[in-house]
Amino acid sequence: MVISDETRSQIDEAISKYPKKRGALLPAIHLVQADHGHVSKECAVELAEIFEIRPIEVMEVVTFYNMFFDSPQAKHHVYVCTNLPCSLRGSRGLLSQLESHLGVTAPGETPDGRIFLGHEECLGACGYAPMMRVDDEYHEDLDVEKAKQILDSLGK
Amino acid sequence: MLESPYVTQYLTEHFAEADYPTLEGYERFGGYAAARKALTEMTPDDVIEVVKTAGLQGRGGAGFPAGMKWSFMPKEDDRPKYLICNADESEPGSFKDRIMLERGAHQMLEGILIAAWATGATATFIYIRGEYAFPATQVERAVAEAYAKGYLGDNIMGTGFHHDVRVTRGAGAYICGEETGLLESLEGKKGQPRKKPPFPAQYGAFGMPTTVNNVETFSHVPHIIAKGANWFRGFGTEKSPGTTIFGVSGHVVRPGLYELPLGTPLSEIVFEHAGGVPGGRKVKGVIPGGMSMPILPAGQLDVPMANEFLREQKTMLGTGGVMVMDETTCMVRAASVISYFFRDESCGQCTQCREGTGWMNKIVDRIERGAGEEEDIDVLGDVAGKMEAKTICAFADAAAWPIQGLLRHFRDDFVEHVRQRKCPFPGSFEL
Repeated sequence: MVISDETRSQIDEAISKYPKKRGALLPAIHLVQADHGHVSKECAVELAEIFEIRPIEVMEVVTFYNMFFDSPQAKHHVYVCTNLPCSLRGSRGLLSQLESHLGVTAPGETPDGRIFLGHEECLGACGYAPMMRVDDEYHEDLDVEKAKQILDSLGK
Repeated sequence: MLESPYVTQYLTEHFAEADYPTLEGYERFGGYAAARKALTEMTPDDVIEVVKTAGLQGRGGAGFPAGMKWSFMPKEDDRPKYLICNADESEPGSFKDRIMLERGAHQMLEGILIAAWATGATATFIYIRGEYAFPATQVERAVAEAYAKGYLGDNIMGTGFHHDVRVTRGAGAYICGEETGLLESLEGKKGQPRKKPPFPAQYGAFGMPTTVNNVETFSHVPHIIAKGANWFRGFGTEKSPGTTIFGVSGHVVRPGLYELPLGTPLSEIVFEHAGGVPGGRKVKGVIPGGMSMPILPAGQLDVPMANEFLREQKTMLGTGGVMVMDETTCMVRAASVISYFFRDESCGQCTQCREGTGWMNKIVDRIERGAGEEEDIDVLGDVAGKMEAKTICAFADAAAWPIQGLLRHFRDDFVEHVRQRKCPFPGSFEL
């Protein structure tokens, strides 16, 4: 089994909160990803068994949503919002400066697997642009120096 | 922590208080008195009647009357009934629900509890966009506090009424803000919208009668119940009562949130509240209600921000996301960013949308590069027109409208790109 007993019991608890078992599939994928960083084929097969659906149905869900991953990921995810309100306030320039700073082309990750840098489509922070999301945290009203410092502080 | 709105009214007046997000803090300002009044002194029909009389319109984009929506829930039906709180805020330019979740979770929960009483709902699912990690923790804490205090669960406030609230996190898909896309996602599937009818009130979440309301819509409800329909109608216009939280972004001195009555002139929001464009530059255009809504040119900013007036200008209030673009802005670049977004977020279910969003984006980018022909401009308008009202959900319309708006008011920008075979706005925002 690749899904740990602890995660399995959290999945069971989530299942108990929905009228139909499958309602807990998104919460379960969030849990598995928190453990493994992505949803591997083995995880998908086990999730399919738990939810009594086919593995392809799990993968359909995984690949539909931007926040789920079907391959191993960098340690940190950094997304600069480049939607219109952020673009109007210089987010594209910020993104290209961060690309040079890290030596990557977005979307892409540093060779040591420390940081994935990408862009995102509106994070609901339009009044505090430019901004970026680092893993689960928002950093707003950024300038290039502040953003670089935040990236430099991210551990391996 | 997010800053409290620059201008506050009844919805956000206590958002700056440090303890307001907690149950104790919320009750210090009279919280849950309206729910107690509804559950102990009013019948469900009384509640629906007050909300109908107040004229509360949904604040999630479509502006449908909330009381009427509640009355669609079948009464003679033994099936469990559900409410959905749509907290999947992802309309570009809209960032008001986030602060309502972070600072006003109990206000929203109280509105949910009153709506549950009115509709006979047994459970509410709060669906929060996946990226809102911190707001989700605030809502989860508020839900736990409400259970511990007996405001959720069994025998609420000693009335025998039972209601459960569950918090579900999305995973990054704009389409899950569409109510039936949300229902699919809640059921653990791809968020592809459902064909209607049947409408959610007949066949909604997990096949049960369901009503979907936005975060802000629920948050107005305790105030209406506590202070009455007439009080509520004292804000806003005859047809659009109450306040809303406008989110102002783009080229302004003070971007941020402003709680103002519906019907406030757009020019007042942009110039007085948000301080106008920095550097003494002029406004070129303003998107009044989130990116799906057609742009208004500088000459039309006197319009009162309520649907009955905005419709006359061929646009809508949407989510109240006001996006300001100054005179340096290239409207073809704006069209590029907008069309890319809809191409990226189309769920792919309907041909007109899946293909149309891609075509629009390709044509716009060709024009921006200086490689477009005049006939491309007509084809762009033609594609947009053929996407309207032809698909399962309103996403394709939402993708077509802003492009149509840009062509209506800024066609010259497109024509100049074709004639000069390059972008004639070198000082515009970077693409």
